[in-house]
Amino acid sequence: MAEPVFSVDDLTKVYRTGEVEVHALRGVDLDIREGEFLVLLGPSGSGKSTLLNILGGLDHATAGSVTFRGTELTTFDERALTLYRRENVGFVFQFYNLVPSLTARENVALVTEIAVNPMRPEEALEMVGLSDRLDHFPAQLSGGEQQRVAIARAIAKRPEVLFCDEPTGALDSKTGVRVLEALVAVNADLGTTTAVITHNVAIGDIAHRVVHFADGKVARIDVNETRRPASEITW
Amino acid sequence: MLSLDRKLLRDLWRLKTQVIAIAMVMAAGVATLVLAVGAYRSLDETRETYYERYRFADIFATATRAPEWLADEIAKIPGVAAVETRIVETAILDIEGFSVPATAALVSMPEIGDQVLNRIYLRQGRTPDPAHSDEIVVNEAFAKAHGFGPGDTFHAIIDGRKRKLVIVGIALSPEYIYALGPWDLMPDDSRFAIGWLSRKAIEAAYDLDGAFSQVSVKLMRGASLDDVIERVDVLLARYGGRGAYGRKDQQSHAFLDAELKQLEAMARILPPIFLFVAAFLINMILSRLVALEREQIGLMKALGYRSLTIGMHYMKFVAAIALVGVVIGGIAGTWLGFGLTRLYGDFYHFPFLVFLWGADIYGIAVFITVGAAALGGARAVWSVVRLPPAVAMHAPAPPRYRRFLTNGWLRHISQTNIMIARHILRWPVRAGLTVFGISLSVAVLLASLFSFDSIEFMIDFTYFQADRQDATLEFTQERPVGVISDVERLPGVLAAEPVRTVAVKVRYGHVERRVPVIGKPAGTDLSRVLDTDFRPVTLPETGFAPSDALAEILGVRVGDIVEIETLQGRKRIVEMPVTAIIQGYLGLLSFMDIEAVNRLMREGPMVTGVHLAIDEAEADALFAEVKDMPMVGSIALQKKSLEKFRQTLAENISVMISVYAGLAMVIAFGVVYNSARIQLSERGRELASLRVLGFTRGEVSWILLGELAVLTLASLPLGWAIGYGVAWVTVQGLQSELYRVPLVIDRQTYAVSSLVVLGAAAISALIVRRRIDRLDLIEVLKTRE
Repeated sequence: MAEPVFSVDDLTKVYRTGEVEVHALRGVDLDIREGEFLVLLGPSGSGKSTLLNILGGLDHATAGSVTFRGTELTTFDERALTLYRRENVGFVFQFYNLVPSLTARENVALVTEIAVNPMRPEEALEMVGLSDRLDHFPAQLSGGEQQRVAIARAIAKRPEVLFCDEPTGALDSKTGVRVLEALVAVNADLGTTTAVITHNVAIGDIAHRVVHFADGKVARIDVNETRRPASEITW
Repeated sequence: MLSLDRKLLRDLWRLKTQVIAIAMVMAAGVATLVLAVGAYRSLDETRETYYERYRFADIFATATRAPEWLADEIAKIPGVAAVETRIVETAILDIEGFSVPATAALVSMPEIGDQVLNRIYLRQGRTPDPAHSDEIVVNEAFAKAHGFGPGDTFHAIIDGRKRKLVIVGIALSPEYIYALGPWDLMPDDSRFAIGWLSRKAIEAAYDLDGAFSQVSVKLMRGASLDDVIERVDVLLARYGGRGAYGRKDQQSHAFLDAELKQLEAMARILPPIFLFVAAFLINMILSRLVALEREQIGLMKALGYRSLTIGMHYMKFVAAIALVGVVIGGIAGTWLGFGLTRLYGDFYHFPFLVFLWGADIYGIAVFITVGAAALGGARAVWSVVRLPPAVAMHAPAPPRYRRFLTNGWLRHISQTNIMIARHILRWPVRAGLTVFGISLSVAVLLASLFSFDSIEFMIDFTYFQADRQDATLEFTQERPVGVISDVERLPGVLAAEPVRTVAVKVRYGHVERRVPVIGKPAGTDLSRVLDTDFRPVTLPETGFAPSDALAEILGVRVGDIVEIETLQGRKRIVEMPVTAIIQGYLGLLSFMDIEAVNRLMREGPMVTGVHLAIDEAEADALFAEVKDMPMVGSIALQKKSLEKFRQTLAENISVMISVYAGLAMVIAFGVVYNSARIQLSERGRELASLRVLGFTRGEVSWILLGELAVLTLASLPLGWAIGYGVAWVTVQGLQSELYRVPLVIDRQTYAVSSLVVLGAAAISALIVRRRIDRLDLIEVLKTRE
């Protein structure tokens, strides 16, 4: 496999809320490789979201190091992190987080306008199978469609990495599968390194590797010798 | 404490900045109401009591020389309760150590008994003893200006003779609350005095034995003012009567009345503006609160709370804000109101002040404030009451946006700007009210600051366009024109222009007015006559030129023929064409060529006064000569008047600007800050999502603050229009026969009003910007709104 995009070394994150200290990450080591489709599995509070937030430039680590293509992320300030997110990272959220006042096409354009080398919004929406819904507002789209708009928005800038936090969490199985199909297709066609957080074990089957989290640590990493197509998954 | 009340207190505390911003808008409304109504009532009552106690007359009339027996005839007019005749003359004063000549109105006091009408209030000393013709009582303001007390002396040129007068008393008079000297725009206490002498002393000095030059009349309750005025005019006609007039045309009363009217207007205009804005803000904040607590409301209803109880809970929230506003506003309004009343009391020299600060003012304030607040909260509370619990537990339907422009157009606009535009159009009523609210703060500023532009304009017109003379001498009586060359020879006189003023009655159709006709030679350079386009007018050899106000009252235009009846000398009635309409802001005036006046009077070339240009360096020498000139009845110093006027103006202008700027900023801040906070509450998730997507803080802030910037900018032209309208109404309310205020608003005033409001908006935006910067990026991803 290719060079690691991210190298995570002994990463620790401690939240302090008043008197209580919560150890969200307790020394995580992980490499994420170029073009890899990674699934992070684990129960709530196991630290997977915290890791993704740090990798995505949304949060700071307490200790340890994260390098992105050889650059240390933990030293970035607010401004540098914003720029990092803007140029390199695509996000997909559980609740889509689309802008209600913009149509599907405009929601994608929102990101392509500030990106360096974006694809056309229509192109991105075509990749997720929404060519016929370009001018619909989020309120006029189903949950699955909204999530696919969110994927189109995330990939339209041709990001280096795509982070998805429970992308199917709010969807039923059938629509969820369509969303996963779109993610797998993007990973295959564009070679975008993709990390998907879920606590749905079934989804692990579509990944190259499955990282199991427990208690703020990587419990084990499974490598799928053969990946199942998303269409074969149900839950 | 009930759980709901505990929730209320916590809600108030959580939203404290917004609550205070709204309460401040309410407080401003309450304060202006309490201040204006309280001060107005107190001053009105003070004035009424003063008038009542010191028997201020209802009708005043002057004549050249009327026989004393006429008083009995006047007393017989039905409706007349009391009559007092007096001699009122002007004299030049010569005060030691004060080079500038002052002018005094000398008023006679009855030899026996007290004054019947227009009684003086003696601050110090006593009334003049008829046996000593040199004893005088002077008004307090004049005495204060020169540090005079009883026993001090000064000189007066009384009918050509210089006499030493001894001050025996210091007094106040309801007749001279606002004492304006000749040509003055503002009282100048050092240059204008009121002096009360015994009737005997004045009679002798002016050779008016058994005669009077002024009569005051007190009416019975219910008597007709106009009827009595008409009858007095008939009786005085033969004796050079210059037309009786009521209180509304009495100078002191009219000026004081205008001031009180302004207070009254303030009470009527300002509080509704603030209360409207406050009601709108309450509507905004409560609607948002209810939207956020939708599920809690459903839960409470499901738990068995009655709709009314929950509705009352939110009404209490509204009432709490109103209460804070009423308390702050009530205290501030009372404090400022007492201060203002005292300030007025000092300025107008009232002998006493009646503070009429009844509980009802506060009652009204509480009633309308709580009423406005309740009205503002009504819609939101009603939605709470109506909401079925099952519906409340579900998330509300997402807002539906509309596409408003074709894609072709939109390609040139960034998505963030489309978000701004769609958001405004999605809630057009809210956006409209926000614009209207901010525009009111612009209007408040414009409608108060314009007065300085109008005044500046009047100053420029009066002192630099029309009456450019440094001084005006008025003679005690008509003099042959040769006197001009005598005046020209006085030290320091650079130029002298004659003027002859005569009293006439001008008639057109059914309308007639007694006015002075001012005769000026053609081509004068100092005192010019300007038409309504501000161009100098050369008065034709024949013809009558009324001021615009007089022309309007008469209903005449250029080319109409008016009838003119002389009121002095031999009575003549002639017809004359109106040849020009003259611009004028003070009094009802009319102009003619001086030759035409002479012909009208069937007299040779005569003058009543002279306008002078003076060499400042020799002014003292000139003043010294003038003080010894027996023929000079009064001297007006226009440039000194202007100095005094500007000085008074400068004292008030900064205070006024800061007060109104403060009030405007309270509105602007209240509206912008609350709009921003509510938007942030509604769109925080959206904005945080954009931050995650890589938008910078600045870009994200623009989406929210850009919308407010658009609304604030949109509010400016509307604010200008509303402000102009309010200013127009204000000016209309101030128009009287004594003076008219031109409506002038400089570009600078538009700019200042706009900048103050933009500044307040910017400050509120910056405060909210700090919150945008602190948006929690992680939290937002995990939660559904």
